[in-house]
Amino acid sequence: MTDGVANEALTPSQTLRGPPVFATILATRHSPRTTGCMPKILRVLLWIAISLLGAVALATIALHRGEQIDALWLVVAAVCTYAVGYRFYSRFISAKVLALDPLRATPAERLENGRDFVPTNKWVVFGHHFAAIAGPGPLVGPVLAAQFGYLPGTLWIIAGAVLGGCVQDFVILLFSVRRDGKSLTEMAKTEIGRVGGVVAYGAVLSIIVILLGATALIVVNALKASPWGTFTIAMTMPIAVLMGVYLRRIRPGKVLETSLLGFVLVVAAIFGGQWVSETPAWAAVFTLSASTLAILIIAYGFAASSLPVWLLLTPRDYLSTFVKLGTISLLAVGIVVLRPSLHMPPLTRFADGNGPVFAGTIFPFAFITIACGAISGFHSLISSGTTPKLIRHEPETRFVGYGGMMAESMVAIMAMIAASVLQPGVYFAVNSPAGIVGQAPEAAATAISSWGFPVTAAQMASLAHAVGEQTLFNRTGGAPAFAVGMAQIFSSTLGGQTVMALWYHFAIMFEALFILTIIDAGTRVGRFMLQDALGHIWKPLGRTSWYPSILFTSAVIVAAWGNFLWQGIKDPLGGINSLWPLFGICNQLLATVALCVATTIIVKMGRARYVFVTLIPLAWLVAVTFTASWHKVLDPNPRIGFLSHARQLVAAGSNPRLVFNDRLDAAITAVLVVMVATILIESGMEWARVLSGSKMAEVREVPFVMTRLAIEERA
Amino acid sequence: MKKRVRRLFATLFAMLREVFDESAYQRFLLREKVAPSVASYAAFLAEYETVKARRPRCC
Repeated sequence: MTDGVANEALTPSQTLRGPPVFATILATRHSPRTTGCMPKILRVLLWIAISLLGAVALATIALHRGEQIDALWLVVAAVCTYAVGYRFYSRFISAKVLALDPLRATPAERLENGRDFVPTNKWVVFGHHFAAIAGPGPLVGPVLAAQFGYLPGTLWIIAGAVLGGCVQDFVILLFSVRRDGKSLTEMAKTEIGRVGGVVAYGAVLSIIVILLGATALIVVNALKASPWGTFTIAMTMPIAVLMGVYLRRIRPGKVLETSLLGFVLVVAAIFGGQWVSETPAWAAVFTLSASTLAILIIAYGFAASSLPVWLLLTPRDYLSTFVKLGTISLLAVGIVVLRPSLHMPPLTRFADGNGPVFAGTIFPFAFITIACGAISGFHSLISSGTTPKLIRHEPETRFVGYGGMMAESMVAIMAMIAASVLQPGVYFAVNSPAGIVGQAPEAAATAISSWGFPVTAAQMASLAHAVGEQTLFNRTGGAPAFAVGMAQIFSSTLGGQTVMALWYHFAIMFEALFILTIIDAGTRVGRFMLQDALGHIWKPLGRTSWYPSILFTSAVIVAAWGNFLWQGIKDPLGGINSLWPLFGICNQLLATVALCVATTIIVKMGRARYVFVTLIPLAWLVAVTFTASWHKVLDPNPRIGFLSHARQLVAAGSNPRLVFNDRLDAAITAVLVVMVATILIESGMEWARVLSGSKMAEVREVPFVMTRLAIEERA
Repeated sequence: MKKRVRRLFATLFAMLREVFDESAYQRFLLREKVAPSVASYAAFLAEYETVKARRPRCC
């Protein structure tokens, strides 16, 4: 499949420069083995059938009104579109734009050292890449965006991935491969200019800090007043330490075995959590307020960043990956086999911008709320991090880069389904903050019912009882709604209502574990980045093993994201309303930087006529992020604009700390937009210079070296 | 058919071993020409900290 790079992609010099054995390699690319035994007419008919099926599925989800539809339509629409996108669009990019060269040795081959650079089987690299890019983002974003109905989010996930996200991941991966695995910030510096590198560095650090604050808030909202969930998550810490000791002292290197052991213990902790929640004395110990949970998570982040990596961070990372891969596979099978119905309408009244989950119209807010499932700047860091150093043959970048993002996008579709199988009244009761619907169950139910989504306090109490919670009202952040949806999908057949609470807490554990892993690893990465930067000012601060530096920089990073977390807890409108859009803007601005780098390289490669493949998603992202940033800073609606919210708080005589936080958010957004505007202008000037001929295009690829792996594999 | 299934599972297992760094540890042992032991795994983890733990995780 991935070997299908057309010969037409190769320049005459490329096809002629190798010895006869390479002509054989190229010739076999069109042999029946690689193109399949199916006659051409059958293949054409098959692709016509897939295209038609995808079109019918898209029409069904777009045009159906008034009746519930089967979730399978979303899956069929996505799978068919991804298949067509992969077969035709990514192949076009491979052949015409990037001219993937099967004869060119990759850095994994040339620089093989058994450590970073290792030629690896494409399926193995695919799994590695997917495990690295799949985080909580594609689960949370679609759940929040479901307030507009399932249609806008679903269309954005599918179209955004095929035309934007997959393309970004693919081209950045390939360009990094051709530059010895250079990172995005290094490529931005060499291809665009010094400003590019600084902007990319600043954007990365900002994203890490905001991401940690926003995701920590999701965990707090999922665990507050939930003794079962809190106990289970608390237990993952001693389990991780036990795993660390087992892995280091008892069975060194047996990670899969240790992760399996950890998983069994975590499942036991889920059952233990049920007992804790039903035992009044223990339930009281583990029933914690949002503020207490926030303090504990901040302390945890600091400890994880300062402790030896083997003790807590590494085993938790393995445990989280194990649970993540298992749960995503289970959810995929569950949705396809059980085919639940979508209760959420395709479009809700909140398309007008007055949604309770977060304020703002579909454009631009749906497109920054769903980032990771459609296009995520963060992925460009992975595509220019570990993955390019493992790629064995250049054409495999298509399968790993484009294909990996398709898999991630499918996870986002499953999250959208999990949110949409809920009754809309239940969905809004769980996701609406107390500042909008009130804290009293009856008042909240009346407010939500008045929007046209009937729900009663008794219905919510019964659901909360079924999942083992005290209440499900005001559980903002996306994680509890996802957990209820997932529990509903599975409990309809596997175990029925009796095990719904177990499924719910399994989903909560899965998401919280996922997020806490991001928090501990992210704090550590932020600490390293800060140490690198401070090392330029005073050398000892750059020493990553010097404990005073470790403690100081860990404290700075923890304080930075802890401030956002605290802000989210104290925000009367529910902090996720401010923090998630801020994170989305940062993430998409990083994608803008990545697409600027990619477009600049394509122009310098002399393929300006195909520049639309990155220029169209770039133009879209610029429109989305700049509009969203304008709204978040200057919109007169206090639920949207940071500054108008600050003015409202000042007028009401509220806590000055909240006013400061709003102004800080506005300043961060404005600074990031100015930085990205600078890189856009710098890129545009570079394109103009190259295209007008006033500057000679100089591509900073490493010189061509003939592959030896291809010959060895053939032999 | 049997061969294909076996190959499928072998690939899946190789993928898991790579994701969970077992292959990386094997490569470390080969590169450093040392036997698996508590000490060699500690050295591998120290290297892990300077290489892998520095990379951002995706959201």
